[in-house]
Amino acid sequence: MRRSVLPVLWVVLAILVVWYVAAIPMNVREVLTQAERGGAQVWGGTAAERQERSALALVARNPGVAMAGWSQERPRLPVPHQVAVELWQSTVGEEVFGRRGFVQTGEFSNRSLITHAGITLGATVVGFLIGTAAGVLLAIGIVHNRAMDMSVMPWAVISQTVPIVALAPMIVVVLNSVGVQGLLPKAVISAYLSFFPVVVGMVKGLRAPDRMQLDQMHTWNAGTGDTLRKLRLPASVPYLFASLKVAIAAALVGTIVGELPVQRGGLGARMLAGSYYGQTVQIWAALLMAAVLAAGLVGLVGWLERRTLRAMGGAA
Amino acid sequence: MTLVLLAVAVWVGGWALNGWLTRGGRERLRAVRVAVPLIFGATILLCWELLVRGLDVPPAILPPPSRIGATFAGNLPVLWGDFVQTILKGAFSGLAIGVAAALAVAVLVDRFDALRRGLLPVGSFMAALPIIGVAPIMVMWFGFGWQSKAAVVVLMVFFPMLVNAVAGLADTTQMQRDLMRTYGAGYWATLGKLRVPAALPFVFNGLKIAATLAMIGAIVAEFFGSPTQGIGFRISTANGALQLDMVWAAILVGALAGSAVYGIITLVERGATFWHPSQRT
Repeated sequence: MRRSVLPVLWVVLAILVVWYVAAIPMNVREVLTQAERGGAQVWGGTAAERQERSALALVARNPGVAMAGWSQERPRLPVPHQVAVELWQSTVGEEVFGRRGFVQTGEFSNRSLITHAGITLGATVVGFLIGTAAGVLLAIGIVHNRAMDMSVMPWAVISQTVPIVALAPMIVVVLNSVGVQGLLPKAVISAYLSFFPVVVGMVKGLRAPDRMQLDQMHTWNAGTGDTLRKLRLPASVPYLFASLKVAIAAALVGTIVGELPVQRGGLGARMLAGSYYGQTVQIWAALLMAAVLAAGLVGLVGWLERRTLRAMGGAA
Repeated sequence: MTLVLLAVAVWVGGWALNGWLTRGGRERLRAVRVAVPLIFGATILLCWELLVRGLDVPPAILPPPSRIGATFAGNLPVLWGDFVQTILKGAFSGLAIGVAAALAVAVLVDRFDALRRGLLPVGSFMAALPIIGVAPIMVMWFGFGWQSKAAVVVLMVFFPMLVNAVAGLADTTQMQRDLMRTYGAGYWATLGKLRVPAALPFVFNGLKIAATLAMIGAIVAEFFGSPTQGIGFRISTANGALQLDMVWAAILVGALAGSAVYGIITLVERGATFWHPSQRT
């Protein structure tokens, strides 16, 4: 345990240190401008002249003032504790103490990240389930029908190389214009993105049993359905979970991108709003929330994988 | 209505043809293996065209493929500018920097075990995150030009590439390393002559993932701000004006570029790792 956790902690610590140090030169120009407005003497001439100088020189010549880079309201690079505070305020703070929070009204506040994360999570999970179900069905068809295999598989492989996410804004706008709103357009994108990894993985998995095992089923007089249920599907489970992990991460990206064109909540909408209004801390908090969501979803799939494989008597 | 019936007939006919082609030993012919997916693709395009025309779907919802093709052919200079801006400047420069950095770090990580135990879990964690979310931040830092897109791409491709390269560098057996020892090979000779070649299949695998991610990163980052050209810019503005034929044409550019890059990587892989079992069929 100590051998595996300690190096990770060191790396995380190093990242945090670099982050704090980098924040000072990243934010120094805005800090100096503000200090100048406050009447302080600043080295480096006027704001226009300072643009010409390097950030490091500005930090070195204004050591006292530059430290304010850790506590700006709209920094170019917010430091970790600012992001943590924002995350706390827009989740727990908003829900427990806010006027519109869960404690006061019994509903989650529409300004809290919990609401937005929930919107994103809902679309992601719905899309992921649809995409996975469709992918498994198509894979079963491909394995049993040679015409389907030879027609569809090359396209399934090619489709992985195409930046499909770029379709997201169009799908959302089109579905909106025909009256489909809310969760479904985003779920369509997530479904589409999780579909192809599942197809490719499942086809490989369903074909994993070798000639010998298939012949064995044959000698037991098992039909196609029995072979599928008792041999092919169990054999495909490890492949399925490997592609599910890819699929759920892709589904989350699809949902977030799908939330960009329509500003009706969700982490993607939150990021775009933050970028419009220069609310950098808000973007970082939404980003962190998305990271927590992704880690949670992938972790959940991983946990299911371990449980399932153990229940099936696998080594893992 | 006749067009709709025709679409059904085309669909059935296409499948019947493919069904016939894939039976009775014909499926082993090389020409058939190429023809079958092409027939399937043509069937879909034809059905799409006939259904859109037959059901009078407004072009603001789904334009027919013929119209997308016409828009693509009619706007080649504009789309070429978008391609240069997004793919050549944004995606490729980011891909080059990200892959080079990941390979350099991979060699370091492989050399020092403490780094490997610390960085690899963080790397695999980062590889699963929706890194595309840093796009608004990068646009804020590096401006609307291609530099911010390249920065997003660097961040997106770095971790998948790192994880793959480290796995590849570790993919030698004790026997092979012992053999290098008996030849008196030092660290660098072993690295250059044994471990880097052994890592190549993994590197190419990572490169294929990274190339697709690079396209996605460069296009999506343009949704957060771009100069007045680029595939992502074209998609978001044409989308806002409900010129969906232009949206599809822009996506076609992305699809062609993605497939071409994938094809090139596969060709280079075939040449560079000809000795690997997966290439000897």
